[in-house]
Amino acid sequence: MSNALTMTGRSLRLSARSPEALLTALMLPVMLMVVFVYLFGGAVSIGTRYVNYVAPGVLLLCAVTGASTTAVTVCQDMAGGIIDRFRSLDVRGTAVLAGHVAASVLRNLASTVLVVAVAVGIGFRPHTSVAGFAAALGVLLFFVAACSWLAAALGLLIRAPEAASSVMFFLMFFSYASSAFVPVRTMPSWLRGFAEHQPATPVTETIRGLLLGGAAPVGSALAWCAGLGIASVALSAILFRRRTAA
Amino acid sequence: MNDDLAIEASGLAKSYRDVPVLSGVDLKIPRGSVFALLGPNGAGKTTTVRILATLTEADAGQARVAGFDVRRYRSRVRRRISLTGQFAALDEAQTGEENLRMMGRLARLSRAGARQRAAELIGQFDLTAAARRRVSTYSGGMRRRLDLAASLVGRPSVIFLDEPSTGLDPQSRLGMWGVVGDLAASGVTVFLTTQYLEEAERLAETIAVLDGGSIIAQGTAAELKQRVAAQRLDLTCANTAAMDELSRYFGDRASHRDPASLTLGVPTDGSAAEVRALLDAADPGRLLVASFAVRGASLDDVFLTLTRPDQKETAHV
Repeated sequence: MSNALTMTGRSLRLSARSPEALLTALMLPVMLMVVFVYLFGGAVSIGTRYVNYVAPGVLLLCAVTGASTTAVTVCQDMAGGIIDRFRSLDVRGTAVLAGHVAASVLRNLASTVLVVAVAVGIGFRPHTSVAGFAAALGVLLFFVAACSWLAAALGLLIRAPEAASSVMFFLMFFSYASSAFVPVRTMPSWLRGFAEHQPATPVTETIRGLLLGGAAPVGSALAWCAGLGIASVALSAILFRRRTAA
Repeated sequence: MNDDLAIEASGLAKSYRDVPVLSGVDLKIPRGSVFALLGPNGAGKTTTVRILATLTEADAGQARVAGFDVRRYRSRVRRRISLTGQFAALDEAQTGEENLRMMGRLARLSRAGARQRAAELIGQFDLTAAARRRVSTYSGGMRRRLDLAASLVGRPSVIFLDEPSTGLDPQSRLGMWGVVGDLAASGVTVFLTTQYLEEAERLAETIAVLDGGSIIAQGTAAELKQRVAAQRLDLTCANTAAMDELSRYFGDRASHRDPASLTLGVPTDGSAAEVRALLDAADPGRLLVASFAVRGASLDDVFLTLTRPDQKETAHV
């Protein structure tokens, strides 16, 4: 446990010193918010102010892009000699990966605060209590943790750090093919089937419901996140052992 | 089991995808000694180190390091050893001091203890001026010193150094040798691998020669040299034709051949009688040999004789 804390401190320091990581964590979310509201927002008509509809969706997209950088950091670690040093200090692989995931969650906490501030600045008007806001944040960060574990597993699977950045596009697809930006009912039926049965939709709907009132499928969102998280932790443990067995 | 041994291995074997890398390695290394595993690229040096440092499991055989079986007591072994590999195990974006403090925390030191240990090592390894700079700004030699310092944070009793001077300039290499000497003087056991005979001879009390996955010779530098011949007679030939003629005459007996300087080396016991007889037999007309010198056999001679007896000629070109 104390190793995981040391590793979290390390990962935070490394991301604070990496211009790309900072850009992905802070600039990209703000740009996405502006792009969706002003660029696409005018063309989307869904019977409510689009900024209110899309702000939770952008939060989700930011969560996914932020989490995906975990793949790059894990992949870089595996490519260098430092993992052997950690192992010879009897640090478990899980502690190293948990450090990356914890740092990812904290980075996302910062970018979420920033995105919400920008969203409010351009007209987002949440309709919720402090408890509702805290619950929405909790669900979002739980989702970030699960996605970060998945990204960590993918980072172990991919050998080249340059290739690991493509994990972002893979994960972003899940947020596009969900109710994050347009209601699922507007999609063709084959895509609707996919959109309704993947974690991004229930998580978006839960955040939307908690922030703006309306239905919030909390149980379904938490179940998806827990399932994704547990499966990814198990997968990354297996992959870490396989990568370091040679 | 012998408690005076820091490292004890028997029958270590390892294959990667059915290609055998190690086939039965036996080692006995006393506590507090410096041991060098000498061998060419691909001989299995790194695999041996990784097995002893618990990072890789052997397919067969047993090993005890610092008193514990590497398979059954992996954690206990890890708390007593350190490994410095061929590539620096450091975070480029952290400063030297931050790297050391992080390793200290991972080596179970308190926050204050880690800070203090980092300061000690920074002083000891002559990194004071660079301690607060990021590692990405370090030179190769500084990086290697920091890497070695990082491996010592937890005060290991057995230190593995995998090719510690590879890629270092001559001055940094000398510095590295000094550090290894200091470590040995402090009572820890040092296990190093190297391709350089000079390095093994200079640093290690015991040298084992690893080739093709097994140890083909082991002993002190002096003992290994005796296995080939105590002395070598170097003949400088009068001209190229003389060199060819003498080469034909000695054939496989020549342990050294350097056409550039027209030199041939032949094993000898170094006695006046044998040298005189050798010269008379090889050059009865006294025209072929311009000059000669008798010198102690080098580890090169041992190495080449032991590892690649059929490639003696190409190895020196």
